Amino acid sequence: MAFIPHTEADVAEMLATIGVASIEQLFDEIPASLRVRTLAGVPAALNEMQIGRLMSARAHADGRPLCFIGAGAYEHHIPAAVWAVATRGEFYSAYTPYQAEASQGTLQLIYEYQTMMASLTGMEVANASLYDGASALAEACLMAVRANRKSKAQRVLVPRSVHPHYRKVASAAAGNQAVRFEELPYSGTEGRTLPAALARFDGQDITALVIQQPNFFGVLEDVDALTAWARERGIFVIGVVNPTSLALLKPPGQWDAGGVDIVVGEGQPLGVPLCSGGPYFGFMTTRMAHVRQMPGRVVGRTLDVSGREGFTLTLQAREQHIRRARATSNICTNQGLLVTAATIYMSLMGPQGLARVAAASHARTGELVAALTRVPGVRRVFATPYFHEAVIALDRPVAPVLQRLADRGILAGFDLTEHFPELGHALLVCATETKTSADIERYANALGDVMKAARAA
Amino acid sequence: MTQVPVDLHYTKSHEWLRKLKDGTVEIGITDHAQHELGDLVFVEVPEKGRVLAVGEACAVVESVKAASDVYCPLAGEVTAANTELATTPELVNQDAFGRGWLLRLRPAGSAAVALLSAAEYEELLLAEGS
Repeated sequence: MAFIPHTEADVAEMLATIGVASIEQLFDEIPASLRVRTLAGVPAALNEMQIGRLMSARAHADGRPLCFIGAGAYEHHIPAAVWAVATRGEFYSAYTPYQAEASQGTLQLIYEYQTMMASLTGMEVANASLYDGASALAEACLMAVRANRKSKAQRVLVPRSVHPHYRKVASAAAGNQAVRFEELPYSGTEGRTLPAALARFDGQDITALVIQQPNFFGVLEDVDALTAWARERGIFVIGVVNPTSLALLKPPGQWDAGGVDIVVGEGQPLGVPLCSGGPYFGFMTTRMAHVRQMPGRVVGRTLDVSGREGFTLTLQAREQHIRRARATSNICTNQGLLVTAATIYMSLMGPQGLARVAAASHARTGELVAALTRVPGVRRVFATPYFHEAVIALDRPVAPVLQRLADRGILAGFDLTEHFPELGHALLVCATETKTSADIERYANALGDVMKAARAA
Repeated sequence: MTQVPVDLHYTKSHEWLRKLKDGTVEIGITDHAQHELGDLVFVEVPEKGRVLAVGEACAVVESVKAASDVYCPLAGEVTAANTELATTPELVNQDAFGRGWLLRLRPAGSAAVALLSAAEYEELLLAEGS
């Protein structure tokens, strides 16, 4: 399908038809004071050769560091076939296919994606994806408010052990729609939410409880106990999960046997490279009982008039382009290209391949934590089972140490000082299947050198 | 021509009202409204006990092509909702004035949107060109 923009003649003809002299005139209603005519700091256009040179210089400046940062985005091996297939012309669109008659392949791919995500999370139905994990959590909170009709309070409990960016995005997006967020503390020794922290909410009207598994510290939460507490009280449970981990961990659809109500997460670990923070994609799955409150697109399988199988967008009547302001959500698209990559990634890995990635990542992180905590002045913070991330503490401020290590080409972890000052000089480290024993040794040796030099200084 | 039973009251937004013997009012959408929407695939009704204001959106009727709010013509408390519609929304298409009822309300106060008689509603439909 060709996407050819309109010519100057087309534009002139359209303007003449509606009786407007210029395109500029269409924007008259925007006051001049609000308009930015020139973009300061944006240089003049470059030609292809110039931009190619600039970009390779920028890429070179990044170097090829050894990355031990996780904190919500994870470096995994991506088979070359994933992006070779995803960038084929037939798939190469970032957006939702509205014309079913012209988009059967893309629609079928999204349908397969939904099936995979529903299966991975142990839920009944998935949407076609959202923007990213953090905005997916915001959407899940709004959905819980709509769907949990027993609750009037619009109160959502969010553990402090949930990714700080997710908490911030959720309160920015849903806080202005009268959803109230209340923070649950975590155990200072275990790094997870203790069921005892919930006791003070007994008897109160609570709409939903958010549980992240593994949590931001990489620690495994006691998901069964937390889910049970909520379910007994008619409180919705929103699970925030890492899709890779689900190949090994109990899926949220089975937490406390009965499962949760809504599952969301960041899809990036499934075949999307670390790339300046995005674009990534969020996923969402739920129970069939809540499907009409679920935001975003859903692709369904059906039969055409001749009885042949076909795929089409379904459950659209609740969406923005039909219901306007009363739509379920202002999300009216999905991350088509990234979902394409994720679907190909999952197809190539299969359940066993994904389980091997998860197991290898867990084993590598164990090796990393053991190696780093052998360095004098370094200790592990939480003695609790983890997936592929762990918190370590240094005997001195983290930022200068990270800088020294970055100088040696090692991205040594995520500094927790800003978001979790109560943890002191804490660092979140991650190793996936991409790290070798030699990489881990290199990091541990470099950390030993840097800590030693810092003590001597 | 769609049916317009004479014993009911109507609104300009195509709801019907039936006064029941126990003092409550049964509310639904008209045969004309269901015809315009097409085959309904989902109907969302309010919970029992919910207190509704005049003109408040109290139910949603969803067809393959559209989802429309149903506006409450009276203020009052919901005494019953047609939960049968959760699994059989087509009752609204088949029997809009009967088994396709949406909710029952105990009116509170006298505020209400302007109600039409069957004759007036038929005139409205004629004026709208149906």
